[in-house]
Amino acid sequence: MFAYLRNTWRGLTAMRTALILLALLALGALPGALLPQRQLNVSKVSDYITQHGWWGRLLDTLQFYDVYGSVWFSAIYVLLFVSLVGCLTPRLFEYAKQARQQPVITPRNLARLPHHGESTVDVSVDDVVEASRKRLRGWRMVVRDEENGVRTISAERGYLRETGNLLFHFALLGLIVAFAFGKLFGYAGQVAVIANGSQFCNSGLFAYDSFTPGLKVDGTELDPFCIKVNSFKATYLPDGQANSFDTDLQYQTGAQLNSDRWQSYDLRSNHPLRTTGDRVYLLGHGYAPQFTVTFPDGSKRTKAIQWNPSDLNTMLSSGTTTFDPPNTTDETELRKHQIAITGLFAPTALFDGTLMSSVFPAANDPAVAVQVYEGDLGNNSGYAHNLFTIDQSMVDQGRLVQKAMKNIKLGQEIALPDGTKVKFDKVQEFVGLQVSHDPSQDYVLVFAVLMLVGLMGSLAVKRRRLWLRVTPSGDGTVVEVGGLARTDQAGYGEEFTRLSAELLTGKKDT
Amino acid sequence: MPVNETLARYSDWSYASAVVIYVLAMVFYLVEQAMTKTKRQAARELATVGGGAAETAAPESTVVVTRSPRADRLGRMGFALNVLGVLLHAAAVILRGLATDRVPWGNMYEYGSAVCLFAVIGWLVLAKRFDIRRLSVWVLLPIVILLFLGGTALYTPASPVQPALQSYWLAIHVTAVSIASGLLLLPGVASLLYLFRAAYEKTGRFAGFAARLPAAEVLDRLAYRVTVVGFPLFTFAIICGAIWAESAWGRFWGWDPKETCAFVAWVIYAVYLHARATAGWRGNRAAVINVIGFASMVFNLFFINLVTSGLHSYAGVA
Repeated sequence: MFAYLRNTWRGLTAMRTALILLALLALGALPGALLPQRQLNVSKVSDYITQHGWWGRLLDTLQFYDVYGSVWFSAIYVLLFVSLVGCLTPRLFEYAKQARQQPVITPRNLARLPHHGESTVDVSVDDVVEASRKRLRGWRMVVRDEENGVRTISAERGYLRETGNLLFHFALLGLIVAFAFGKLFGYAGQVAVIANGSQFCNSGLFAYDSFTPGLKVDGTELDPFCIKVNSFKATYLPDGQANSFDTDLQYQTGAQLNSDRWQSYDLRSNHPLRTTGDRVYLLGHGYAPQFTVTFPDGSKRTKAIQWNPSDLNTMLSSGTTTFDPPNTTDETELRKHQIAITGLFAPTALFDGTLMSSVFPAANDPAVAVQVYEGDLGNNSGYAHNLFTIDQSMVDQGRLVQKAMKNIKLGQEIALPDGTKVKFDKVQEFVGLQVSHDPSQDYVLVFAVLMLVGLMGSLAVKRRRLWLRVTPSGDGTVVEVGGLARTDQAGYGEEFTRLSAELLTGKKDT
Repeated sequence: MPVNETLARYSDWSYASAVVIYVLAMVFYLVEQAMTKTKRQAARELATVGGGAAETAAPESTVVVTRSPRADRLGRMGFALNVLGVLLHAAAVILRGLATDRVPWGNMYEYGSAVCLFAVIGWLVLAKRFDIRRLSVWVLLPIVILLFLGGTALYTPASPVQPALQSYWLAIHVTAVSIASGLLLLPGVASLLYLFRAAYEKTGRFAGFAARLPAAEVLDRLAYRVTVVGFPLFTFAIICGAIWAESAWGRFWGWDPKETCAFVAWVIYAVYLHARATAGWRGNRAAVINVIGFASMVFNLFFINLVTSGLHSYAGVA
């Protein structure tokens, strides 16, 4: 049993295993780039599964749409993590031991080393040793005396290579831990806010349109802050490409909450708002056509809600704006006269007959192509409801009936048979904000920088040894130099050639 | 925002001229190779050249082909043309930057051009220091193909970049990535050639082509030494990308296809470095891994930009 465990451990921590695990990690990460992923786009995943039948479902069972949270991907990196720890721990001890050790004793036959040189000089043994010691400043070295007046120097340098190597690997471990911590305690939430002074408060999950919590986040303890979006301005190039997005907003945090004190901020792309613990990003924008409905009894309701930009180049958007009839408390009466305005919005409309399209993303000549429905919207059925569409099952059941279908420009209106009037009276803009929270991202950065420093040390520094044997002889003093690169051969030859040429003269300055 | 159309046009002309000159340089290099006949024992090892006349103790079992003086002259002319090409190429990139008043790697055409420029510059520096000029044609081949694809299928007129790219990180991150990718192209080629050369040295296969290559050991060392520079740079580039992503997209890492693929390439290069230090994995296996690393970089450039859609979809190709 013990032997089995020991062999498993040895196998796991062997370099060969680590190599295979690393290769598996690369291979395992790849499907995440090729297949749609739930964490990036849920609807793309369901489309993919529908399109690919049993194959799509099989991939789903095997967690190929959640690669980075899947059992098999986790298994690879956990094993790699263990292998890394198992590999590094003994190396750390070895490193500590070597840090105190003297360079190894000079080999008997220096001529057998990969790098070698020899000369005879008329300088005394002690002078050669003394000159060489000066020459080898920066090397860790020890002078040893052998028999018959022979003296040797053992020198070694490049210890930083192992330092860098260990630093890199331990920083990598730290980075993985910090990354995992962020995945546990971080969150991200998206919300659309109309840029007319509307407010958003980070008070709970309900405030968001969508919310991705970390594994240990239940949404009850968010850092409170409020945002008021005053205006949004986008500029475009003549060909429709966006050139700048600019949001004028105000925010309040901490003691300012529930007061009238607001701080101003200019929220732009690449310029997030950083509050204590949270960051707010401008990640999207779009239009919210404003409609005013005049009901048969003369009462009016006005509403603007975000429509979904389906084409970012022209900002052609689709959406649904709904109204409840006023002055009704009776639920059944209410459910007969709800109104939905659904269809397309074009900021710069172009008509081909009755077919509307958009030719430019700015609101130069806005128009909508809409159908107006009246009846029961089905929004109290208990099912999650898509904000941008009407409930088609209500239409199929005849409980929601189309009353009109028309293209109207800004300021125009549609009259329904029962006297209700729908007017397209304004274009509002909305901003798509994301609130991100990651308590450990600064640590991730620190570890990443340490990794880079360690990596450069371990790749740029070469661990190498050099030995010198100085032998007195009748004609003078024989100097022998030998060199050995301990890690990678590449590059030591040049240094050795230069260094040995100087050492072999036996002189102090050359 | 204004684009200086005149400068943009000069940039395009410069680009086209650079490609033509590169092709011409390849022709000279090829003729040099074709005229190479005699075999002679010689060993200017990569490791020792910088240090002068000294020899390494490395086994010199390999036979290196030397050229006749005329062939050598043609090779030097090819090299001169190569330098001319890189000057035109650099001019094309710089003029793009001046025309658009931003860093000249804001879409796929410009990025590809920059990667190739850094690869050629890196190559010329190496070829000047070490006796590996005869590899030039094999280095220029993928570069000319990339430049040709860039100039035709991926060409994008000069224009400003979208708001998400308007950041000083564009200069830092993309510059680092393009230099790293350019440099890592060289070990990819070297390792690929290594596989042929090693097979030739072992079994005598591919004699017509591999006999003219430098020794397998030289190719291996070339691949390693360039990777050792390119890999930390690539790491730096990924870290910069993460810092930028944090301020642009709200998270430093989100497994966007491009991020994933960069991660995959990074891991493959890590495998290469480990393999080269592991007994039984040196040589052929390490070379194969390095070639796979290079393939993953090319895959990242083309497939991820053109086929999948993600946050990095800035190719600008209609």
